[in-house]
Amino acid sequence: MIWITCPFCGPRDHAEFSYGGDGSIQYPALDAPVQDWHDAVFLRANICGVQTETWQHVHGCRMWLKVVRDTMTHEIHSVTPAHPGLAAVLEAEA
Amino acid sequence: MTRFSAWNVLWQGITGQKGWTRQWRDPEPKSHYDVILVGGGLHGLATAYYLSKNHGVRSIAVLEKGWIGGGNAGRNTTIVRSNYTRPGNREFYEHSLTLWEELSHELNYNVMFSQRSHIALLHSPGAIDAAARGYNTMRLTGTPDAEIWDLDRLQQEVPHLNYASGARFPIMGAAVQKRAGTARHDAVAWGYARAADTRGVDIIQNCAVTGVERNGGRITALETSRGRITAGKVGFAVAGNTSRLWNMAGLGGLPIESHKLQAFVSEPLKPLLDQVVVFGMGGAHFYISQSDKGGMVFGGDLDWYKSYAQRGNLPIVQDVAEAAMSVMPCLGRVKLLRHWAGVVDMSMDGTHFICKTPLDNLYLNAGWNYGGFKATPAAGWWFADLIANGRPAPMIGNFDLKRFERGLQIDERGAGADPKLHG
Ligand SMILES: Cc1cc2nc3c(=O)[nH]c(=O)nc-3n(C[C@H](O)[C@H](O)[C@H](O)COP(=O)(O)OP(=O)(O)OC[C@H]3O[C@@H](n4cnc5c(N)ncnc54)[C@H](O)[C@@H]3O)c2cc1C
Ligand SMILES: [Zn+2]
Repeated sequence: MIWITCPFCGPRDHAEFSYGGDGSIQYPALDAPVQDWHDAVFLRANICGVQTETWQHVHGCRMWLKVVRDTMTHEIHSVTPAHPGLAAVLEAEA
Repeated sequence: MTRFSAWNVLWQGITGQKGWTRQWRDPEPKSHYDVILVGGGLHGLATAYYLSKNHGVRSIAVLEKGWIGGGNAGRNTTIVRSNYTRPGNREFYEHSLTLWEELSHELNYNVMFSQRSHIALLHSPGAIDAAARGYNTMRLTGTPDAEIWDLDRLQQEVPHLNYASGARFPIMGAAVQKRAGTARHDAVAWGYARAADTRGVDIIQNCAVTGVERNGGRITALETSRGRITAGKVGFAVAGNTSRLWNMAGLGGLPIESHKLQAFVSEPLKPLLDQVVVFGMGGAHFYISQSDKGGMVFGGDLDWYKSYAQRGNLPIVQDVAEAAMSVMPCLGRVKLLRHWAGVVDMSMDGTHFICKTPLDNLYLNAGWNYGGFKATPAAGWWFADLIANGRPAPMIGNFDLKRFERGLQIDERGAGADPKLHG
């Protein structure tokens, strides 16, 4: 079982989260060449080892998170908000 | 190697089974092969066989890092069907099914192909309409054994399902392919290995490819745990490990992600289920059949996050058990004997690749999602054709890496470019 420590909710079972995908993808500008969009949408490094990925805490705070995880050992190295700006706003409101 | 025949089996029975010989050799790797296939799963072995049989290629090696059939070949739930509706897929899988029908004779090895019917349960009038459209497409395009069953017929043929009208998803009928069924996965690996070996193919186990030596746009040699081997042509057929080999070859991204899928087998039971039954509804996915030993063989969805680990997680065990209980409540007290996981090569549109690559003499067989067992004979057949002739036959024209650039996605589910959503 993987435990993900949500920066907002604390350590939780991964079943509370939904896996997004490769978190290292940089989407190109809207008017970028089609080839750039093709590469971002369809090609993956598919790393065996440590990768950055996105998860959403769907059964918790519903925030999107950036998780650095090993795809072979499943060890989690870090969990941070995927949208630091939004996280700061929420924190200020709280 | 002794051929199997009724006479031989009888003779060995009388003489104490002492006269059988090795089923395939255990050769030392040579320093060069005309064609090297990386991966001793079903696809690598089948390709080696057809390269020799259909194309007369003489110098072939299959390099396997563990033992043949130890990957997804020996981990799948053995379902064989051809109920596809996308152009390209339906012809390809129908060709595969016709090859399956003769496979035991072709290989002189009993692969226990059992055409016991594949029954996909339907739970709403809309689902029945959608299935009718798909199965009519099959009938119109060369797959004659597609049928829609109403509830009465289904209840007669498969009496033990949960037909309670108060079920969360009451069963209303089924889409049935009658020539579909199961085969014994190990026997398919061993059968192809034995038949390929007989034709002179070197099957080299415990031989991991660790590096790819390139000269510009060509591969010159493979570095392996058993030394350097030069190659005329190279084919990758490594399923979930495709991106790792792709990296070794110094190539960039691929439209593939590696995910893991679990499978389960129960303690052996007396005959209970004569067909393959599939349940797919919203978030639930479940498929089940009974092996000849009596074990209930079943599975469900992926573990939902990318992984190279061949071990499954517990939430999916629970998910699959819940689906089992909702479809076949009579399984409630049956004990689970074993469960395991395999690393599958999930593609961006749920369809595979049998294609050329950016390197002149490298060919790719990958992207099988969790449906590459049924594809084995055709995948081997057409991958061999591609490697031998250096060009894709029309049958595999759209199974290339560039189809997304052409705006083509062969997406049976209509799930979009998210590998974990395909099946
Ligand atoms: C749980 C599960 C259930 C499934 N159920 C079904 C089903 O019901 N029906 C269906 O049609 N399909 C099913 N599949 C999919 C099917 O099993 C696969 O698509 C198919 O087996 C893949 O082809 P293969 O047999 O060649 O792969 P594999 O058997 O995985 O072969 C690849 C081989 O490459 C080797 N390899 C990897 N890296 C290296 C290296 N560096 N050097 C040398 N060798 C290497 C591996 O050790 C492995 O043996 C299922 C898969 C799983 C995991
Ligand atoms: Zn949270």
